[in-house]
Amino acid sequence: MATTPRLGALDPAAVDLTAPFGGGTLPNPVSTASGCAGYGREIAKFQPLAELGSITTRTIMPYPRAGRATPRMAETPSGMLNGIGLQGSGIEHFVEHELPWLAERGARVLVSIAGERVEEFAECARLLNGRPGVIGLEANLSCPDVDNRGLVFACNPATSYDVVQAVREVADPVLPVYAKLTADVTSITDVAKACVKAGADGLSMINTLLGIVIDTDTLRPHLTGTSGGLSGPAIRPVAVRCVHQVHAAMRAGEFAAVPILGMGGIRTGLDALQFVLAGASGVAVGTAIFNDPSAPLRVLDELRAALAARGFAELTDAIGYAHQ
Amino acid sequence: MAHPLQRQAEIVELSPVGGHHRLVLRAEGIAERVLPGHFVAVAVGGPDSSMLLRRSFFIHRADPTAETIEVVFAEQGRGTRELARCRPGDTLDIVAPLGNAFSVPSGAVSALLVAGGYGSAPMFALADLIRAQGGSVGFILGAATGDRLFGVEEARALTPDVLVTTEDGSVGIRGRVTLPLTEAMRAIEAGVVYACGPTDLLEAVAETATAEGVRCFTAVEEDMACGIGVCMTCVLPVVGDDGVSRFARACVEGPCFDGSRVRWDEVGTIPADIEGAAAMGVH
Repeated sequence: MATTPRLGALDPAAVDLTAPFGGGTLPNPVSTASGCAGYGREIAKFQPLAELGSITTRTIMPYPRAGRATPRMAETPSGMLNGIGLQGSGIEHFVEHELPWLAERGARVLVSIAGERVEEFAECARLLNGRPGVIGLEANLSCPDVDNRGLVFACNPATSYDVVQAVREVADPVLPVYAKLTADVTSITDVAKACVKAGADGLSMINTLLGIVIDTDTLRPHLTGTSGGLSGPAIRPVAVRCVHQVHAAMRAGEFAAVPILGMGGIRTGLDALQFVLAGASGVAVGTAIFNDPSAPLRVLDELRAALAARGFAELTDAIGYAHQ
Repeated sequence: MAHPLQRQAEIVELSPVGGHHRLVLRAEGIAERVLPGHFVAVAVGGPDSSMLLRRSFFIHRADPTAETIEVVFAEQGRGTRELARCRPGDTLDIVAPLGNAFSVPSGAVSALLVAGGYGSAPMFALADLIRAQGGSVGFILGAATGDRLFGVEEARALTPDVLVTTEDGSVGIRGRVTLPLTEAMRAIEAGVVYACGPTDLLEAVAETATAEGVRCFTAVEEDMACGIGVCMTCVLPVVGDDGVSRFARACVEGPCFDGSRVRWDEVGTIPADIEGAAAMGVH
């Protein structure tokens, strides 16, 4: 339960940024959003990875995946539409070539995993047990479920439940399992509830929103995949609404309270603060990295200053404050 | 790949050059790191801009003494239009140098440099480097129309071996840059060919050079959102050292590729034998 902040501004250096994560904590709440920071190598040139609370990897699947043909993106007002198609070399390549590099740099790695079948999520989770650097798993439920008419797992509470349960069963008990939710649903709280009941230790929200850009010269959809995921500041109010809604349901006792990792259009510390006030225990910076590769650490500094300016001595005092 | 820096760069000059714009930026520590073929990613419109994606440009010149880099751009969309409205003294957030530079053979070599439009921007520093190693250069510079040519006089100041083509025939030979290519390669006994411009130009140059048994290096101009290797939007199919084709990022594995390694006719598709094609339902 959040407490009343002290009156007056504090010294930013004195703010305790310790952030709830799964059943434990992280030194600070700022992560990168999946798909926006690669496996860390590129953004490490702009900020020490160990100074971030965590880094969330691009989504990894059990096998290599080419991704979609180009064009894969279009710029939209205060955002972008992307249809990358989860390009990657597969979980074994990640474990062998990328994870050790991250671990050597002291990065705390939240590994985003996915599959086209429930077992594929579990296969990835199993291979991550006992690996140095891994602090948790994020199940990207936005993959199409090939066994269920290609519908996205996260659109359905039951399929979301199945994935989280399967991952939770095989994952090391010390590793929190986060479920990444989409806002493209009738009720995000119903999906959140199913995930928490299945054993999710945290919720990541939100994923990109489905959109289409039509090229007015070719008169056809611009992306080869027709639709793509909309991200960037344009979707921030939707993301904050989702965090607020799910946090409210937890406060109302509809299901167990777990930490929320909030994301969707975070560009500044004040954007991050909105998510925290709505109920997020952590925040992830995504598309803003494409504009500013040093954005994650900048957002952390700005969030620290914003908390201090509002008299919050501890991050945890601000979590869900907007509900009071 | 070069280790890039993020800097607030001051606009020293922004002036028209033919149908293009010349932009000179001053920023500490960048010019001294630049090699021919590197590029710069520029944020447009400031920190609150609704345009989130950086615009990438090949670096035309880098002057470590003045701490400046120079790029050439055309107004093609709202980002470049906004950039063209900037004024000297304004600052731009830049990340540079980015990408893999052109591979340059050691020692003296005769090189043919082929470019379309302002794709010639990175070619002059490359020419300087080749000449400094005792080599020689020739140019074929082409464009759709005369005002879209860039650097013809700069090329002529370096070598008499300059051919100019325009598709409308307003300047030089009527036709595309590839028209006099074979003849030009033979005339200067080119040991290596460099090309920069749109994909169809690069494909044609790479095919011709390969047919002549000459090495070819190509600098691609793929659409990219971040320029630093994280967004995965600028990929094209490239054969790796292990013989396996993968979608390579133009921004970090390129933009300068061995022209014989790029699967030009399959850019924009998923080749059936590329790593991970099966997972996309391509067999």
